[in-house]
Amino acid sequence: MDTRTVQELPVETGSIETGNVLPLLHEIRHALQRLVDSGETTVIDLRSLPMAPGEEARIEATLGRGEVEATLNALGPSKIHETSIPGVWWIVHYNEDEAVMGKFIEVARVPSILNAQTVDLQVGIGAMSELLSETDDKQ
Amino acid sequence: MRKDQTLGEVLRQQGVSRRGFLKFCAATASMMALSPAMVPQIARALENARRPSVIWLSFQECTGCTESLTRSHTPTVEGLIFDVISLDYHHTLQAASGTHAEEAREQAMEENRGKYLLVVDGSIPVGNPGYSTIAGISNLEMLKETAAGAAAIVSVGSCAAFGGIPHANPNPTGAVGVSELITDKPIINVSGCPPIPAVITGVLAQYLTFGKIPELDHLGRPVAFYGKNIHDRCYRRPFYERGQFAETFDDEGARKGWCLYKLGCKGPITYNACAVTKWNDGVSFPIQSGHGCLGCSEPNFWDLGGFYKPLAQATMTTGTVIAGAAAAGAALGAGAALLGRSRQKKFRKEVSEESKS
Repeated sequence: MDTRTVQELPVETGSIETGNVLPLLHEIRHALQRLVDSGETTVIDLRSLPMAPGEEARIEATLGRGEVEATLNALGPSKIHETSIPGVWWIVHYNEDEAVMGKFIEVARVPSILNAQTVDLQVGIGAMSELLSETDDKQ
Repeated sequence: MRKDQTLGEVLRQQGVSRRGFLKFCAATASMMALSPAMVPQIARALENARRPSVIWLSFQECTGCTESLTRSHTPTVEGLIFDVISLDYHHTLQAASGTHAEEAREQAMEENRGKYLLVVDGSIPVGNPGYSTIAGISNLEMLKETAAGAAAIVSVGSCAAFGGIPHANPNPTGAVGVSELITDKPIINVSGCPPIPAVITGVLAQYLTFGKIPELDHLGRPVAFYGKNIHDRCYRRPFYERGQFAETFDDEGARKGWCLYKLGCKGPITYNACAVTKWNDGVSFPIQSGHGCLGCSEPNFWDLGGFYKPLAQATMTTGTVIAGAAAAGAALGAGAALLGRSRQKKFRKEVSEESKS
């Protein structure tokens, strides 16, 4: 009788490839060229591609980390970092339960969600005005 | 929260910033299997969407579909219920019961006549409608009554779509799916046993965002999620092509993660998003965990001959061994040409031995 525990059973996943890693990296390279040529940005949804176990981690490791890290706190955290390739950003959106809501690669000078949004700017002007009038009142 | 508020107004009232809203739209686009380039369009649509009424009727079901929906995280089902839709009736999720619950349903139907979305899980018994009743009303009658004022119907799960397990041989209750009973309303079949949570919410979100039925296949299922079969998206496909199969659940091939075709995988005839979207927020799916696909999003999957019999055998009589082996060989496609002559002979010998035992 085999008394080994599940953890002790030898398991190999082998080097299973969907063949999606290389085309994805090529797509990123093309997107970078488009960014330079015309300023056009590209967003790739990582959850739209079938990946074998470990392939997504390989892409992330291959792209590496660059100079910029950002955390967005809106409807839960979002982790954004520039990869070692400038202009190639890795974005993971989490909800308030820290479950993954979306995973994207964005090729842009800056991910669009980091920009201050027009609606929020207007709300901000109102908030500043209130702040200033309160300060004026106190003086 | 007023029903006639737009979603944009609702979210702003809750203090959700524009960035938060865009994050929600990006996640929704991903969930609906739409390109990120569509996010601005989705943002515009959701900003102006009014919260439609949704009535959820549960018939001959195991509640697995509701369980699946409540495991959906993107966006949270609470978010979906309270922000995007007005879920006016649902046995498992509502607080009301008895006459109050039925009154709530009737009121929602009246106030939103012609505009509410009807969601159904579970099959409907027509052999004797008395087999399944709610508050003394048979499923059949409740379906007809509620469908009459609905804008569209979503059949969630293989039971509501095709009859599911109650419909399986010998079908003692005369169970059928919704589309066999209602023919004058648009119906979206979200099949699966259960469907992937993200697919359920993705379809609901798509309907609520764009206000129209997505493109459907010949079985009424949204092409966005059911357009490709498991086999064509399976990461173990290279093993199939090379003729490397697991023969038992614990042999060397199984441990190396080889193709599960010989262990009964129904991937080649099953259309669903499991191989790409996967389960438990993208962790894994049956084949990745070492078990063949059951074909649960297809009609009559319970009666396909056997979960552990390979496709060629399961759908053919055991008398036609040679034909079965030839069909299996043909099914191996390009791989068959690569299989050495000796391997083909070995495979045929094994198939004929198996059928004799």
